[in-house]
Amino acid sequence: MARYDRAITVFSPDGHLFQVEYALEAVRKGNAAVGVRGTDTIVLGVEKKSTAKLQDTRSVRKIVNLDDHIALACAGLKADARVLINRARIECQSHRLTVEDPVTVEYITRYIAGLQQKYTQSGGVRPFGLSTLIVGFDPYTAVPSLYQTDPSGTFSAWKANATGRNSNSMREFLEKNYKETSGQETIKLAIRALLEVVESGGKNIEIAVMTKEHGLRQLDEAEIDAIVAEIEAEKAAAEAAKKGPPKET
Amino acid sequence: MMKLDTSGLESYTSQFGASSELSGGISTSPSFELPSITDFDGFQKEAIQMVKPAKGTTTLAFIFKEGVMVAADSRASMGGYISSQSVKKIIEINPYMLGTMAGGAADCQFWHRNLGIKCRLHELANKRRISVTGASKLLANILYSYRGMGLSVGTMIAGWDETGPGLYYVDSEGGRLKGSRFSVGSGSPYAYGVLDNGYRYDMSVEEAAELARRAIYHATFRDGASGGVASVYYVGSTGWKKLSGDDVGELHYKYYPVVPSPVEQEMVEE
Repeated sequence: MARYDRAITVFSPDGHLFQVEYALEAVRKGNAAVGVRGTDTIVLGVEKKSTAKLQDTRSVRKIVNLDDHIALACAGLKADARVLINRARIECQSHRLTVEDPVTVEYITRYIAGLQQKYTQSGGVRPFGLSTLIVGFDPYTAVPSLYQTDPSGTFSAWKANATGRNSNSMREFLEKNYKETSGQETIKLAIRALLEVVESGGKNIEIAVMTKEHGLRQLDEAEIDAIVAEIEAEKAAAEAAKKGPPKET
Repeated sequence: MMKLDTSGLESYTSQFGASSELSGGISTSPSFELPSITDFDGFQKEAIQMVKPAKGTTTLAFIFKEGVMVAADSRASMGGYISSQSVKKIIEINPYMLGTMAGGAADCQFWHRNLGIKCRLHELANKRRISVTGASKLLANILYSYRGMGLSVGTMIAGWDETGPGLYYVDSEGGRLKGSRFSVGSGSPYAYGVLDNGYRYDMSVEEAAELARRAIYHATFRDGASGGVASVYYVGSTGWKKLSGDDVGELHYKYYPVVPSPVEQEMVEE
C-alpha cells in the first residue's frame, strides 16, 4: 500500500524548495497577465492564446469573479486555478455568513496565499502551479487594491504588476510608465503593458475593468480594438514628434 | 462512552489535511463525551431544569441617540439563597464592547472571555476592529454548536463600531436578535415596563443613565432574584465607560424618601 503522507516538497541541501521553484517555472510558461491599480478603477488583462475555431470562447473565461467586489486573474496551470478559485469563492461566502460582512481584498488574498502555502508543507501533494492577481474594492472604505500571490504562498500589494509569460518585460514597462491614473487612462496603461509582449488586436487580449459602482465588467472585442487603435495612433504621433536621434531619458 | 458526532459542523477548509496544525490554533469543532444513560432526553431536561432558575437577574441595554446604555443588577441566587450581592454582570469584552451576564455565571464569563480572545485575534489578523455584528455572530455560532449540551447563556452584546452603535441579544439556544431595546432575566418584565414607558431616542447621556438605573431599581424591588447594586455603563464612539454603581436599597430611599406621616390618633392614657 503506497503511503501518501510523505512530503514531496522538501528542502534541498542549499535551502531551496525545488517543487516550489518548478511551480514558478510552470507559471512562467503560462499566459501573460497584468493588473493595474488606478484611483477609482482597477484593470486586469490577460493574453488570449488563439482559440480554436470550434471552441466556445465564453467557456474559457480567464478573469473571474470571486465575489461582487473582487476579481482574479492568473497565470499557470488552469486546472489548479479552477480548484483554488472555487475554494476562494466558498470562503468569500463563508465570511459573509459568519461576520455578516463582505471580505476585504487583503483577507481573501491572505486566504488564497495560505492555501497555496499549505500545499507546500503537506504530505502527498504538490504545490499549486499558478500565480494570481487579485483586485477589488474594500467593502466600506472603497479603497482599490491589487495583490499578487505565488506558488510559495507569499503575497504582496502592488500598484501594478504582471505575471506569466514575459512578465519581466511587462513589469519593466510598467515601472517606467506607471503613474496615478483613473478611468480610461488606467485601462490604456494596462493594454499598453500587454501589447509589449502580445500581438496587438482585440482577439488576443482579454480585459476586465472593476469599478466601485459597476463591479467587474469584461470589455468586448470591439471596445478593446478601439482602445488599441487609440494607443497605436498615440504611438505613431509620438514617433513623428521625435526628429533625429532618440532622446535618452 | 457515547460521543457526539460534530463533524458536520467542521469548517470546510479544515477538511484537507485534518491535523490540527494545518487548521491552526483554536479548534472549530467542539466535542465532549456524554454520559451513557438510557434516557438521555430525560437527563437533558433535568439538567436544563437545574440550571434554569439561575437566570435570576435583571440586565438591560438600549440604543439611543448618543450610543448604547447597558445596566444590570448584581445579585446571584441559588433557589432561595442569595449567594452573592456583588456579582459583575456586565463583562468587558474589549474597550469598545460589553456583554451582559444572565444564566449560568461560569458559562457567561468563560464564553465572553473566549469571545474577547477571538475579537482580538480578528483585529490582529485583519488590522481592523471586529464589528458588533461579527462579534455577536461568532458567539451565536459557538453557542449554537453547543446547543442541547446544557449551556445557559442569555447575553446582550453592546458596542460601537464603524457603523455606529450596535446591540444584539444572543442566547444559548442559538438565537441571535438585532434590536434597540432588550432586557434579559427574571426581572426583565418589570424593567421593560419602566424602560418602554420612559424611552425616547433623543435622550441625553444623563437622562438615559437615569432611565436605565430606575428600570433596574424597579426590577430589583419586585423580583426576589434581582438586587444588590445597579451598575450603569455607557458605550460611545470612544468606547465604554462605567457611569454609576448604586446600591438599590439606597436608590429606594432616594426615589421614595421617608415622609413622617402625621399621627391621626394618639393613645391617651385614661
